[in-house]
Amino acid sequence: MSRDPGPVFLARRTYRRRRLTDAARMLPLLGVVLFCIPLLWRSPEAEPARTTTVMLYVFGVWAGLVALSAVISARLPGHDDPAVRKDRSDAGDG
Amino acid sequence: MPTLNLLVVFCLLYVVLLFAVAFGADRAARRGRGRWLRSPVVYTLSLSIYCTAWTFYGAVGFAARSGLEYLTIYIGPTLVMIGWWWALRKMVRLGRSQRITSVADLISSRFGKSNLLAIIVTLLAVIGTTPYIALQLQSVTLSFATFAELDPTTATQPSRQSTALLVALGLALFTILFGTRNLDANERHHGVVMAIALEAIVKLFALLAVGVFVVWGLTDGIADTMARIDASNIAAWQVSGSRWIGLSLLSAAAFLCLPRMFQVMVVENEDESHLRTAAWAFPAYLMLMSLFVVPIAAVGLDLLPADANPDLFVLSLPLTQGQEGLAILSFLGGFSSATSMVIVAAIALSTMVSNHIVMPIWLWATGGSAVVSGDLRSVALLTRRLSIAGVVLLGYLYYRLSGGGAALAAIGLVSFAGVAQFLPALLGGLFWRGATRNGAVTGLALGFVVWLYSMFLPSFGPTVFLPQHVLDSGLFGMAWLRPQALFGADGMDPVVHAVMWSMLFNTGAFVVVSLITFPKPIERLQGAQFVNVFEHSNTGGSWRAGKGETEDLLIMAQRIMGAPQAQKLFSDAARRQGIAGYLPDPTPDFLRELERELSGSVGAATAHAMISQIVGGTSVSVEDLMAVADETAQIMEYSSRLEAKSAEQARTARQLREANEKLTQLSLQKDAFLSQVSHELRTPMTSIRSFSEILRDTEGLGADEQSKYSSIIHDEAVRLTRLLDDLLDLSVLESGRVNLNIQHGTLAGMLDRAVDATGGEAGGFRIQRNRAAENIALTTDPERLAQVFINLISNARKYCDAETPVLTISAAERDGQLVVDFSDNGSGIPADQHAMIFEKFSRVRQTRVAGAGLGLAICREIMARLGGSITYLPGQRGAAFRVILPLGEQMAAQ
Repeated sequence: MSRDPGPVFLARRTYRRRRLTDAARMLPLLGVVLFCIPLLWRSPEAEPARTTTVMLYVFGVWAGLVALSAVISARLPGHDDPAVRKDRSDAGDG
Repeated sequence: MPTLNLLVVFCLLYVVLLFAVAFGADRAARRGRGRWLRSPVVYTLSLSIYCTAWTFYGAVGFAARSGLEYLTIYIGPTLVMIGWWWALRKMVRLGRSQRITSVADLISSRFGKSNLLAIIVTLLAVIGTTPYIALQLQSVTLSFATFAELDPTTATQPSRQSTALLVALGLALFTILFGTRNLDANERHHGVVMAIALEAIVKLFALLAVGVFVVWGLTDGIADTMARIDASNIAAWQVSGSRWIGLSLLSAAAFLCLPRMFQVMVVENEDESHLRTAAWAFPAYLMLMSLFVVPIAAVGLDLLPADANPDLFVLSLPLTQGQEGLAILSFLGGFSSATSMVIVAAIALSTMVSNHIVMPIWLWATGGSAVVSGDLRSVALLTRRLSIAGVVLLGYLYYRLSGGGAALAAIGLVSFAGVAQFLPALLGGLFWRGATRNGAVTGLALGFVVWLYSMFLPSFGPTVFLPQHVLDSGLFGMAWLRPQALFGADGMDPVVHAVMWSMLFNTGAFVVVSLITFPKPIERLQGAQFVNVFEHSNTGGSWRAGKGETEDLLIMAQRIMGAPQAQKLFSDAARRQGIAGYLPDPTPDFLRELERELSGSVGAATAHAMISQIVGGTSVSVEDLMAVADETAQIMEYSSRLEAKSAEQARTARQLREANEKLTQLSLQKDAFLSQVSHELRTPMTSIRSFSEILRDTEGLGADEQSKYSSIIHDEAVRLTRLLDDLLDLSVLESGRVNLNIQHGTLAGMLDRAVDATGGEAGGFRIQRNRAAENIALTTDPERLAQVFINLISNARKYCDAETPVLTISAAERDGQLVVDFSDNGSGIPADQHAMIFEKFSRVRQTRVAGAGLGLAICREIMARLGGSITYLPGQRGAAFRVILPLGEQMAAQ
């Protein structure tokens, strides 16, 4: 059965909002990647990285994620926004 | 050196402050004044119960032993939180729309409200949380002992057991006081949340203060601190990749599954949008909490003796450096972390234990009937209180038995891995419609067994539960069954090993069994509801019941929710259906609503079981099955819209029909009234006309006859005028345009006037009165009230057909109302006419006495205007009327 496909193109505003929810979904994945990078800094031959370096890196990433999350979360559409409702049905397992 | 007594004083003051805050917040919330109680900041702070004493003390110990690895415990939750759009949003929405009370309730609800699942999850949660509570008690005790050891003034060390016991008792008391105020677990515990928000601030502030002291007080700023870290044992980045990733995953899973986190995150959530703030503020909180951990650990390793317990660096560093105030602050921080965790965990676990274990057993033991008499609420509250005490006591016992030896972090990880077993069932339930109850049960059971065998039991040490030879060479000597090297996985880190195998078995069994079993209809419905919660937010499964069962349902609901709430729920539903009274039709919609309300108090599974006891089982209707089939979702939505519309139309039609009936009746009444009026006017008119014709046309009438005829004309004219006066009076009264002349007076005075005006006891008519009882002060319109009395007395005079007519007037005051009865000894009014006599132009029988039949109608209108009533009082010997008038100032002078 076919669902109502909806309009092919969205208004610019709605389009922006949908990409924002995409960004919200991608943010933890970005976090995973960034937090795993220090694992690459341990090679058996070379001198291991110093704790202080990793600490600075990890807390830097952390602060960055907090800031990004604050920006994205504040701009995410509300729960009853039609733009999101449509989006949810895309995301549902259908 | 700070004395131990000073610490005890501070500690007690702090506890008093917490009680006061909780009490104040509860009170403000009950008076509806606590808007700030519901702010996103408070929500974020309440999430910080994630940071327990394990964080406060244990993180530094963790860092001192294995460097930056401690960060994994905070990175996991950070990632979950910034990814709230994935899972948390759905959990919170579900928690609100399905009135979920705990993580066990969520899982059981998703898989067809299965109580078996709820019991499994509850047991697992209790087993997983008990060591954690023990850990909190241990940390408070240890920190207390640290003070005691360094205090030269105390000769004897306070017993650790007694400290732990005191703390446990105090915590149980606090939790029972503020955690079981209301039965509905879905209602927020404002007091508790406010107290833990305060504790969140205290622990963050304390840890930051110690950190600042270490960096700028003990060393010369950031550069020097960095140098010290580089010089310490933990200078090199030597974290194993599997532990870094494995522990991050584990902490992320635990963050979602921990009963206490579920409690503050979902159950206590006021507003979904609070997640927006928490999405960045909580990661920021975690970051600040872990910011100074490595500096404190490095400086502690540097300055303190080698045998010092690194778990207590946060406390012992300021203490050995003579910073007494800071040490006390640090102690309060640790105390806050420990107590807030125990409080919330006890609330969450007690809800689960009482809803999923004690209540079902109690229901079954009391005959298995939900409609026996008695108040269930007190039973539920009692079990919840006992469960709280039990959970805290269990933690204390664990602490006593384990001896409080193992390093804090180790216990924490065991606990995390235990509750992480919920994750497959939880996430699978939220995102995969194919997940079945059998799959969830199998997965949980298998994961639980593997966790028990490979992690929980070995955590007690080699001799307690598992003998050394099992650890070395496996169960029954089979090497592949070695608890910490299952299937030959040698050389793995024990934690990662246990988490990996338990999660693999758990998830694998969950998926495979789900794939090969077939879910029951109610599971499929709940699955559709949960997975697609954002599309349709109502519960699945419909009930079918007969009308007679609504009363049973009301009885049951009253016992669980309390009489006023239940009656309100029922009467609201009845009003929506367009029915007056308390018993709505047991439509599927109403039963669904009722079940959801009940599940807020006793959990989904119990509520479902109780309703099915009365209603007799669910029936899955055709429409419901259509919801299961994905392709028909649209049809269902359309048909439900149609259904809603047709229900609305039925309601409108019913109202229209009623209005139409009323109009028809009014029109009939109007016709009858007009014909009555014309009839009443015609009779005197006819005689006036004929007598005036006689006077005009007849010659030679005698003076006697002339005077006789003209007095007849006069009498008839007077009667006409009276009739018109009465009609006018009635229309003024009915239209409500009457002006009341409110004055003070006594009942006796008004009755006197009425008796006088009707001619007193002349003509052999006796009136019996009790003057003593009539001495009642009134504030009313005396003219109008007397008019009513006059009417009643003259009616008795006119119509009483006894040989010696007697009218008895008795007055009394009842429930703030004046009640005056007028009863005579005549033959009374036939029963079939009782309803008629207050209507216009109604006359009981044609009597010799003329009357238009407006008197009682006027009386009724007057009494209505005065805020009282007049009714016929049946069951007396003769005709009897009762006049009721409210006493006091609240007159309905409309």
